[in-house]
Amino acid sequence: MNSQGMKMVSGQLIRIGSGAGYSGDRLEPALDLAEKGDLNYLVFECLAERTIALAQLQKSKDADTGYDPLLEVRMKAVLPVCRAKNTKIITNMGAANPLSAMEKTASIARELGLKGMKIAAVTGDDVLEAVQQGDNTLLETGNPLKSLGESLISANAYLGAKALVEALENGADVVITGRVADPVLFTAPLIYEYGWDLEDYKLMGQGIVIGHLMECAAQVTGGYFADPGYKDVPGLEDLGFPIAEVAPDGTFVIGKLEGTGGLVSAATCKEQLLYEIHDPAAYLTPDVIADFTEVTIEEIKKDVVRITGGKGRPKSGKLKVSLGYSDGFIGEGQISYGGPGALERARLAQDIVKARLKNAGAVFNEIRYDLIGADSLYGKTISGGNPYEVRLRVAGRCADRLQAIRIGNEVETLYTNGPAGGGGVSKSVQQVLAVQSVLLDEHLAPTHINYKTV
Amino acid sequence: MKLRELAHSRTGDKGNIVNLSLIAYQEADFELLLEKVTSEKVKEHFKGIVKGEVKRYILPKLHAINFVLYDALGGGVTRSLALDKHGKSLSAAFLDLEL
Repeated sequence: MNSQGMKMVSGQLIRIGSGAGYSGDRLEPALDLAEKGDLNYLVFECLAERTIALAQLQKSKDADTGYDPLLEVRMKAVLPVCRAKNTKIITNMGAANPLSAMEKTASIARELGLKGMKIAAVTGDDVLEAVQQGDNTLLETGNPLKSLGESLISANAYLGAKALVEALENGADVVITGRVADPVLFTAPLIYEYGWDLEDYKLMGQGIVIGHLMECAAQVTGGYFADPGYKDVPGLEDLGFPIAEVAPDGTFVIGKLEGTGGLVSAATCKEQLLYEIHDPAAYLTPDVIADFTEVTIEEIKKDVVRITGGKGRPKSGKLKVSLGYSDGFIGEGQISYGGPGALERARLAQDIVKARLKNAGAVFNEIRYDLIGADSLYGKTISGGNPYEVRLRVAGRCADRLQAIRIGNEVETLYTNGPAGGGGVSKSVQQVLAVQSVLLDEHLAPTHINYKTV
Repeated sequence: MKLRELAHSRTGDKGNIVNLSLIAYQEADFELLLEKVTSEKVKEHFKGIVKGEVKRYILPKLHAINFVLYDALGGGVTRSLALDKHGKSLSAAFLDLEL
């Protein structure tokens, strides 16, 4: 990319950068994009499946929290440069509390002297009351929602683009949401800028292709791709995050800043296009059922790839809702064995823990024994070789915290009571926040937008 | 020959379901992948790991196949006891499949 308009191709184009692929993602590449990317929009996608349930728990302890823990760090870093370059920010870092995230962002902007900055918070994804009034069927198990009973903590609908578009129409410089379908963070600015019709399903489908490729940040620029000797990627320590340059007809290219590490190729784009996809002809989103089957991917120059052919058909009118619920505790313990006979001693240790838990009458909903280095990833069906180091891992899920603690303690007693040479014990107990889903009529999830001008 | 010589793969997860893409390095090898890498073969390769059915979707324009493996993550990312709760490492074992 040259300096005069850093465009990768010519014409009227909107440039959107992806500043995070998950909540804890690297900060430097996002700042790099903000400074040198000549961006119209910078998007931070930070909400994993159960993040919002965790955030909800946090909010129940302190009403001013429940937004992304890195919101402050990210906003402090990018707000001044985005303001200076007129780059708008769109993010789901609001998590369980977009309103407090808006207030926090506004106070940061004020401290930084960014007068006139307008921040919007989109709410309406929290549909806990609405789902509790109905009794929809859990998609994963087919059981009624009421079967979760008191354990239900949160219910958040994956919202579509409409409210985000409205916030942009009303002049927001920063749009903060809770749960929205991830690609929507990218389609909303395009719908707004180009006046795309929400019922033009071909454009909406192509928009989802853009958002889907961009939402995991480095996963399309060579991250999560390298396999030495087969798929080599330069500069992984300094990966550049992606930029999408989109034309009014939805045609777009993906690239990255010159001088950054990583790689944008047909292969990196194909891997990301199919990431977390089931039927590629029917990718369900709140705004469109997207169809990726006619997508073509073409390398037009080094690290610049053109993507066309996304399409779609009318949405179902139902929103997917993620339900966070409490599912007991997971207790875990680990210990390592090495050298000749490592595997045999680890197996012996495993048998001891098994017998100890059984004799104690401990009851677990589920318990699992792994020999890390031998069978922890693929079980016994796919494995080979005799490892020089093996780590026994015992993990069990149960309703009672004390019982969960027992697992780690039993593993720990292997120090003085188990086979020779065991070392490096670790143990932990975690409360389990599990997620299931239901569908909800979209009219039962009305959205609302709040604004704050600094 | 191992699948790894002809194609690359990435795992994705949703709930208790895993998808594995299979993307030909060379267009010329795509037909062979279609012929050799059937749903049945994938199910057999991951027996003991994947408890449910395996569906196969073809993307001719990308020279790619998408496999969807049901009941494959020990209850899903949020409650699985597995070390690799997402099944991220399954793509590597997939490419170890003998053609």
